[in-house]
Amino acid sequence: MHRTGELYGQFETLEQQKESAALGMWVFLSTEVLFFGGLFMTYTLNRHYYPVAFGVGSNTLDLKLGGLNTVILILSSLTMAMSVWASSVGKRKQTTAFLAATLALGSAFLGVKVIEYKQKFDHHLVPGYHFQIDYRVQHPAPNDDPKEIEAEKEELSKAFAEDPDLNAHAQLYFSLYFGMTGLHALHMIVGAGMLVWLIRQSMLGRFTPTYNTPVEMIGLYWHFVDIVWIYLFPLLYLIDRHR
Amino acid sequence: MDRPTSTRSATAAVYKIPQEHYLNSAYGIRSWLLTTDHKRIALLYLFSVTFFFFVGGIFATMIRIHLMTPQGFLVTPETYNKLFTMHGVAMIFFFLIPSIPAVLGNFLVPLMIGAKDLAFPKINLLSWYIYVIGGCFVLYSFSTGGLDTGWTFYTPLSSVYSNSSVTPAVLGIFINGFSSILTGLNFVVTIHTMRAPGMTWFRLPLFVWAQYATSIIFILGTPVIAITLLLVGLERMFHLGFFNPALGGDPILFQHLFWFYSHPAVYIMILPAMGVISEIIPTFARKPIFGYSFIAGSSIAIAVIGFFVWAHHMFLTGESVYAALAFSFLSYLVAIPSAVKVFNWTSTLYKGSISWDTPMLYALGFIGLFLIGGLTGLFLACLGLDIHIHDTYFVVAHFHYIMVGGAVMGYLGGIHFWWPKITGRLYPEFLARVSAIILFSGFNLTFFPQFILGYLGMPRRYHSYPPEFQDLNVMSTAGASILALGYLLPMMYLVWSLKYGAVAGPNPWPSTGLEWKTDSPPPTENFLVTPEVTWEPYDFETRPDLELDHIVAGKLPAPAHGDD
Amino acid sequence: MSEHIVSPKVYVGIFLSLMVLTAATVAAAYVNLGPFNIVIALAIASVKATLVVLYFMHARYSPKRTHMVIIAAVFWLAVMLALTLSDYVTRDRDMAADTQVTKVS
Repeated sequence: MHRTGELYGQFETLEQQKESAALGMWVFLSTEVLFFGGLFMTYTLNRHYYPVAFGVGSNTLDLKLGGLNTVILILSSLTMAMSVWASSVGKRKQTTAFLAATLALGSAFLGVKVIEYKQKFDHHLVPGYHFQIDYRVQHPAPNDDPKEIEAEKEELSKAFAEDPDLNAHAQLYFSLYFGMTGLHALHMIVGAGMLVWLIRQSMLGRFTPTYNTPVEMIGLYWHFVDIVWIYLFPLLYLIDRHR
Repeated sequence: MDRPTSTRSATAAVYKIPQEHYLNSAYGIRSWLLTTDHKRIALLYLFSVTFFFFVGGIFATMIRIHLMTPQGFLVTPETYNKLFTMHGVAMIFFFLIPSIPAVLGNFLVPLMIGAKDLAFPKINLLSWYIYVIGGCFVLYSFSTGGLDTGWTFYTPLSSVYSNSSVTPAVLGIFINGFSSILTGLNFVVTIHTMRAPGMTWFRLPLFVWAQYATSIIFILGTPVIAITLLLVGLERMFHLGFFNPALGGDPILFQHLFWFYSHPAVYIMILPAMGVISEIIPTFARKPIFGYSFIAGSSIAIAVIGFFVWAHHMFLTGESVYAALAFSFLSYLVAIPSAVKVFNWTSTLYKGSISWDTPMLYALGFIGLFLIGGLTGLFLACLGLDIHIHDTYFVVAHFHYIMVGGAVMGYLGGIHFWWPKITGRLYPEFLARVSAIILFSGFNLTFFPQFILGYLGMPRRYHSYPPEFQDLNVMSTAGASILALGYLLPMMYLVWSLKYGAVAGPNPWPSTGLEWKTDSPPPTENFLVTPEVTWEPYDFETRPDLELDHIVAGKLPAPAHGDD
Repeated sequence: MSEHIVSPKVYVGIFLSLMVLTAATVAAAYVNLGPFNIVIALAIASVKATLVVLYFMHARYSPKRTHMVIIAAVFWLAVMLALTLSDYVTRDRDMAADTQVTKVS
């Protein structure tokens, strides 16, 4: 790795180097907007076609876990912003601490996602041959609340009446659920990897008020991933909750 | 001393190949595979895109041979589907889209703006490796059953029913997309932040404007096809239902997402070629270009408006007349900036001092053929006409006039124009002019009959046709063999010129532009001293430093009384 | 990048606003507003995203070209959504209503 603030050969000044890094990261993020955008387009169309199935699918998601993850991720954006601040005023220990907090929160987010995904797998809600939207009500687990199962059974029978192909359409919802949150999680894993590198660099004292470009740039990336979740949360978790 | 082989024997007499330049600054395969020099990376791309041009060309050859008889004698119908698919995939994604940006753009953009390299040289190298990896996936797909979905991958054929090697192919194109995205990103940042002192936006060469506009499309369009093809691959692998009506999915959604990129993609293919033409015409008319800011602005206009027209590929999918009307109108609109360019190039030629060097022949050919291709595009954008000529050979002829008559001629013109800068050598001028004419003739004989075939109703992507169409098909195949010769000759004499070509000197044509103020071939760091720009672009008339270059090149007579 | 150093107080303030907005969007989801549920949800999400972009990502203190990149990205996404939907919205036949899922074994 290059040393703090070293000027790369192709640049004339450090200022030019910083400008280029910033513009480069913003341009990269704009490509990510369009990349996720294709999935948002698919979501829009399918939700328009199959509102009942989307409502049913959304209601199977655990709102507590989803809400918790939203809080965790926004908090991690705060700690990331704080690490940028700390590096820009030369506070090395605080920079490292905030970066570590961001990494911890990001990992917690991924952990919660694993729990959620496992739940979906147990309830046969992973798209594929075993997908069955009403598996849970037909095979309730011993520790499932019977009232809850009863309510869900009623909801499902109403939904099937409105949409006979509910199973296939709900599978579309879950394909989008796994596709969008999966792609998001992949981005978070990459972000976590970059945070590990940042923490090490910070511990080695590489970041100073004149050179904290990597912290800023990876911060931009992290905030972007947060913004994607800010849209995913209401679109996936909050459909027809008032029923 | 090299034996003078061109009309520019004066240049050869005056200049020698510089002692140290980017080609001999380091030796060995590692110095090439691990280079971060944009000029070397450009050459790496040159080899790769030429390879894929051959791959696509072989499929084209097989198609044309097969179509010599109405029943087709070369391959089975299923194989025929694979031929036109693989021809399209290889040519579009692995030749046309990268060619000018990754070869000429990579080489020239830093030189033209007075920078030492691109903003992110390592990412530039990564782009090439990503291209190669994507290419390997696609070659694997070609050799394990091929691909029969059409380069357009329409669903549910591609996502459900095709038995060909679709998944590796879509993965390969997905990966290759990131090569484009990173190249575009690199260019945008470089052009914004690394211009030399005095190189303001409106002093930039029009080639740089063209690359900038192309990069906008790379950045904003490519991610959409990336996610779309990824979804097709996932749908194939996990039986998801996004594009499969049997599972509640929508094939039209695929078409929207696909064409959202693939229409702007055609502007990726033509804008850089237009940039090349904007460099060649002023040089060989020895006149400043007419309407500089209009050409610059029209590049941006094409890039932007080009994103609004994609559903003109979907007129026959059940679009309402209102949506179709809107897209048809926008398609006519996007033709206007292209027309502005053609008018400005023509006006540049007017009262210019015309030289008929090879790059100029390609540029003039471009203008004529692009005109035909562009105007026939308007035929297709017309709703009433499109109903009859959609999915016929009329479309095939239209896009080949633009892609081959336009983009490939722009590419070859650019290769010839900048060959002296890249290699320090001049190619053999007479042979090159003859090859250009052979190419032009072969091209027209190949593709003009296809306009007629399409008008008469011959559908595209069909392995057989009614017997009354045979004459035109045979004509087309005959043309293709001449066209092939037009491609092979430059490959041979350009390689020959590496050793035996006359020494070019820094500015053999001569032309304006910063790239001509440094040695041929340039040193690794491009300029020994960072240039400072104080002149306007294409200033052939008043720049003092050009006069000597003009005299040496034999374009102006030497002063009557002894030399200075 | 910006030389302007944003104070931690601003960051904490933005964070608290984001928390309030998150609570608001969850609360709004439990009220039946018909077609406006999605509008409110997207509006709140967009306000949150704007706060993150302006303050956490320092867009407020960034040069003009950064603003151009952000606007371009959002605009292009809007074009993709709007023009695609313009086709669907103007079609006579609703594909979803027409097709019946094939019972795939």
